[in-house]
Amino acid sequence: MEDGFEARVSTVEDDALVRLTGTVNRLAKEGLEAAYDEATSRPGRVMLDFSGVDYINSTGIAVIVGVLAKARSEGREVAAFGLTAHYREVFQITRLADFMAIYEDENAAVAAG
Amino acid sequence: MAQLVRSRRSRQAKVEAGIAPDSQPSTRLIDAVPIPVGDALETLLLSHGGPIEISGLELESTALEEMRAAGVDLIVPLIGQGELLGALYLGPRLSDQPYSTDDRSLLGGLASQVAPAMKVAQLVREQQAEAKERERIQQEMQVAALIQQTLLPKELPSIPGWHVDAFYRPARAVGGDFYDFIPLADGRLGVVIGDVTDKGVPAALVMATCRAMLRAAAQRHAEPSMVLADVNELLVPEIPPAMFVTCLYAIIDTEVGELVLANAGHNLPYVRTTDGVIELRATGMPLGLMPDMSYDERTYRMERGDVMVLTSDGITEAHNIEGEMYGFPRLMGRVAVKPSNDDMVAALVGDLEGFTGPGAEQEDDITLVVVRRIASAKAAAETFEEEGSVEVLAKFSVPSEEGNERIAISKVAEAVSALGLDEARLERLKTAVGETVMNAIEHGNENRAEIPVEVEVVASAAAVTVRVSDQGGEKPIPDAELPDIEAKLAGEQAPRGWGLFLIGQMVDEVRTESQDGTHSVELVMNREEGVS
Repeated sequence: MEDGFEARVSTVEDDALVRLTGTVNRLAKEGLEAAYDEATSRPGRVMLDFSGVDYINSTGIAVIVGVLAKARSEGREVAAFGLTAHYREVFQITRLADFMAIYEDENAAVAAG
Repeated sequence: MAQLVRSRRSRQAKVEAGIAPDSQPSTRLIDAVPIPVGDALETLLLSHGGPIEISGLELESTALEEMRAAGVDLIVPLIGQGELLGALYLGPRLSDQPYSTDDRSLLGGLASQVAPAMKVAQLVREQQAEAKERERIQQEMQVAALIQQTLLPKELPSIPGWHVDAFYRPARAVGGDFYDFIPLADGRLGVVIGDVTDKGVPAALVMATCRAMLRAAAQRHAEPSMVLADVNELLVPEIPPAMFVTCLYAIIDTEVGELVLANAGHNLPYVRTTDGVIELRATGMPLGLMPDMSYDERTYRMERGDVMVLTSDGITEAHNIEGEMYGFPRLMGRVAVKPSNDDMVAALVGDLEGFTGPGAEQEDDITLVVVRRIASAKAAAETFEEEGSVEVLAKFSVPSEEGNERIAISKVAEAVSALGLDEARLERLKTAVGETVMNAIEHGNENRAEIPVEVEVVASAAAVTVRVSDQGGEKPIPDAELPDIEAKLAGEQAPRGWGLFLIGQMVDEVRTESQDGTHSVELVMNREEGVS
């Protein structure tokens, strides 16, 4: 079973919006890193939209940690929204939520910017 | 004529009969005067051996004076095996003539015939008395044994996830050992082991009383210390003086394994844990000694695989042929060894018998209670199966290829759909299953597609258990520690390593087991929040 992964970058006001779809696992690394690079070609936050993501596993969390590490070294702010209640819990348990702001939805994320 | 018969056993002179051989009007019955043991007359009679006229005797003897007063003229000792068995007392001859040599020799001959017969009669009588006494003791022991056997549990408690075993073997002179299992509310179990000082019927009666008091107090109080204090108060006025009861009372919460115990002077319990054997010490005076006693409590959480052993001193105080005592160190050493078939009772009884030697008479009652928390969910499920309350919801396998954990997730979700797990618990279970199957594919079976990952979903009334097995053999699974996200973000630690940690956080219990090359992880998710 392979649902694939896609990350498309757009802009909302000063921030970059990265819409993720499909499965976030080991295989999402390349796509997510490329999207991050594209998103950071301008200043502003990187907002990750998880509303199109149906599955995140530990290898996917590792990919997200990799991106957060990079953002941290570059002083880039990362935010996320559109997570299910379960993955919000997972992000809290793994402490990813300590290193990126988590919002309910796109409106809340944009309003916080 | 009087005949004196002395009892060999009591060494006290006893008058058996005073007889008049014929009924001539001039015949007079002489009072049979006892000859106390050690009296000078006894010594004289023994050394002389034959009939003695007492008229000319000069002895410091009360018996002699009494005989003279009673009108005794001639004493014919009855001697057997150097012992004065009795004597014939004769008054003066009817003719008022002194006893002739012929008379004496006749009487002496008579005495030598009578003495052995008397000896035999005496022995027979003593044996009969002994047999009667033995019979009485035996009957008493039978009554004691009956009381005890009636009151000891007929059945062992059957609790999912636990194995309870007990052993009781009375000594020939039944002691006062007892044990009991008391079912309590909320899935808790009361476990009692005790020993009444003394033996036989008195001990059995105190045991019966104490058992009834414990059963009643166990329903009144939630704390073992209160139960013992209560029973002590009730027992003090009832118990015969110089008797008391040692007793240990433990309450086990069989759902979570928490054990709380209080001890009234009984042998300390041993628990075999993965880190060795520990003693659970709680102090308190034996029951029935004095009023107003308070008892310590000790709490311990029994983990899966832990075994608690309760004993009576019939084990620790048993002796071998050299007179050495079995003792606590040896008991502790034996408890530390896991028996091959997990039969701790058989292992300990076997070791004790090996120690005391074949055919050794058991000195005291032997009582053993063993409470084991079953090590694996599979074994626990098997106990469940015996109870008929477990259901296999699904059993399937997936090839060891990356991404196949999602097949397992779907199938498990479908299998548990009827159980009505709430959304959050279902999602956590799915994540745990996914991570576990990923580990099995990647680490256990090393991505070799031809080796399947086996998955089994089992539900009981309380929980759903997902068992994931790979062929990773005995490879140790590292402990799930919290990954250091700071270090990962700083690039000092690989970004990976979340799987095991996540699994541990997602479900209520994770157990691992390796056997014959198969490595299994069991994920236990309680069906309801807070019900563990």
